[in-house]
Amino acid sequence: MTKRFSEPDENGYYGSFGGAYIPEMLHRNVEELRTRYLDIMHEPEFQQEFQLLLKDYVGRPTPLYFAKRLSERYGWDIYLKREDLCHTGAHKINNTIGQILLAIRLGKKRIIAETGAGQHGVATATVCALKGMECVVFMGEKDIQRQAPNVARMKMLGAKVVPVTSGSRTLKDATNEAIREWINDPVDTHYIIGSVVGPHPYPDMVARFQSVISAEIRVQLKEKTGKELPDAVIACVGGGSNAAGAFYHFLDEKNVKLIAVEAAGLGVNSGSSAATTQLGTVGILHGSKSLLMQTRDGQIVEPHSISAGLDYPGIGPLHAHLFETARGIFLSATDEESLAGALELSRTEGIIPALETAHAIAVLSTLREKKVLDEEDRTLVICLSGRGDKDMNTYMEHL
Amino acid sequence: MSRLEKLFLKKNKGILNIYFTAGFPELNTVMPIMEALQSGGADIIELGMPYSDPLADGPVIQQSSQVALANGMDLDNLFLQITNMRKAISIPVILMGYMNPVLQYGFEPFCAKAAASGVDGLILPDLPAHEFETIYAPVIKKYGLDMIFLVSPETSNERVMKLDALSSGFLYAVSSSSITGSSAVYSGFDAYIDRLLSLSLKNPVLVGFGISDKAGFQKATAKTNGGIIGSAFIKALSAGKDVKAATKAFVSSILQ
Repeated sequence: MTKRFSEPDENGYYGSFGGAYIPEMLHRNVEELRTRYLDIMHEPEFQQEFQLLLKDYVGRPTPLYFAKRLSERYGWDIYLKREDLCHTGAHKINNTIGQILLAIRLGKKRIIAETGAGQHGVATATVCALKGMECVVFMGEKDIQRQAPNVARMKMLGAKVVPVTSGSRTLKDATNEAIREWINDPVDTHYIIGSVVGPHPYPDMVARFQSVISAEIRVQLKEKTGKELPDAVIACVGGGSNAAGAFYHFLDEKNVKLIAVEAAGLGVNSGSSAATTQLGTVGILHGSKSLLMQTRDGQIVEPHSISAGLDYPGIGPLHAHLFETARGIFLSATDEESLAGALELSRTEGIIPALETAHAIAVLSTLREKKVLDEEDRTLVICLSGRGDKDMNTYMEHL
Repeated sequence: MSRLEKLFLKKNKGILNIYFTAGFPELNTVMPIMEALQSGGADIIELGMPYSDPLADGPVIQQSSQVALANGMDLDNLFLQITNMRKAISIPVILMGYMNPVLQYGFEPFCAKAAASGVDGLILPDLPAHEFETIYAPVIKKYGLDMIFLVSPETSNERVMKLDALSSGFLYAVSSSSITGSSAVYSGFDAYIDRLLSLSLKNPVLVGFGISDKAGFQKATAKTNGGIIGSAFIKALSAGKDVKAATKAFVSSILQ
């Protein structure tokens, strides 16, 4: 067992989840990263450049917004952490800024990435443009169709978008192809993984880069309310990067409920779902041991979610550990519920969220019925991970 | 003495190891292909256990895996097909695949079943050395199986020595930094092989990845003990209607 929830052990395990299950061809790269990421991240010059870019380029700190009408509707004090106001429209850029600065210090010349909803692809293409690095983004053919605006943005930014036609043609397969590409060019290429998945040290590294979200929440909540801690933090989870960032500085604060919302697709038991903790079992995918959706024979099951960013059959090892230890509360929202959540936030607060984020909004209406919160709980923070521009086609189809 | 040990005592040059995906092209072609490989002159058979997400494999083996899975191949079926293979097959047989299906089957039941079927060794490219040493090595030993690790041009000398020490049977030298089925020529190949051989390894060395024909096989095995061919053989199986004839023709094309 790890002493602290936020830190994996030296082999990259959170409890029984994590590790680095990679072919030998990737060993040198991953080992280089493992032995150097903490030192590089702690260098004063690195921190200075990272913090300056977060401030002046990304636009941090992002506001912690008191959602008055939403609060009145539900009877809690609901705060929205506005990651949707980050440059490029989602939290993903916190991590890509960090990783490109790291890649430069490792002497890498070329960046590859996978993307589902396209937000991580856009965030990666953006930092590559910023630093003049070659950028190749792998994206499932199905996602290319449903997230066309982000494909256009990546191209505008000079990235090469490679359509992935294997398997379910979504995020899982895009990740496979990115890893294969890394095997083929291990020396010059750095792989910027977009979520808290992959072999150690990726889950920890990405969580640390995203932890700025909860660091800011703590300070801002204190300023606004005088309270040290919220009663609950709510975030959507696919691989789990925005949730990892929003939970990070509350992981060892036992009184803060950490509520992770998975994509139930057409319904948890419909056969078309991406609710990994409810449907998954222990297994190995993309280099780490975690919970994943698979057959009895260990073949990965193709998930379903209306949201491309949550359409992933696994979950980061940190989250699997939060689930295993019951430190995290895992809920889910269906496609339909998240569409309703998106509409609700749009019309009560004038904020159109990304489809991924809409899952976190959607559970508000079920928290009482499910007795998730205690009577005395008042202050809820929702990580508003991204904005909905990319999802307008889907929203219009369902409006 | 293990079958692999015996083989390398008898023959230490030009060992031909051929890979194919179990359940490809048809569900029940495992034994016919193995028999044809043996009679055609292959020295080792590497039987691939299909997986939905084979990270180290190129398009040819990915596709053969998808076909095999669609045909209904799983580990239960594979063990059913090979349970009596030693009545017909005398050359070493190695199972190659990814950790996840093996974990779901149960690592120990998997090793027990493999050993009982007459399987000689395992290649699990995504099994880390650390987890092997701390968790799985005693199980492998208990069932008398050889564990074969991969090394690549990026593997340091120190690590080659470590992986050689953890391996038995042979050491799998990946010919370049690539996934399987790549046709790219790696200019540093000779220096890489010389570096490996200078380390006085305890295991024989077989070269795999990117070998597709006789010329490639001869180049890869000029200094090493032998080579492994996978994708090119899968392609040959895809083209031929009669798997036995296609297998024999392919093996001849390499050996003659």
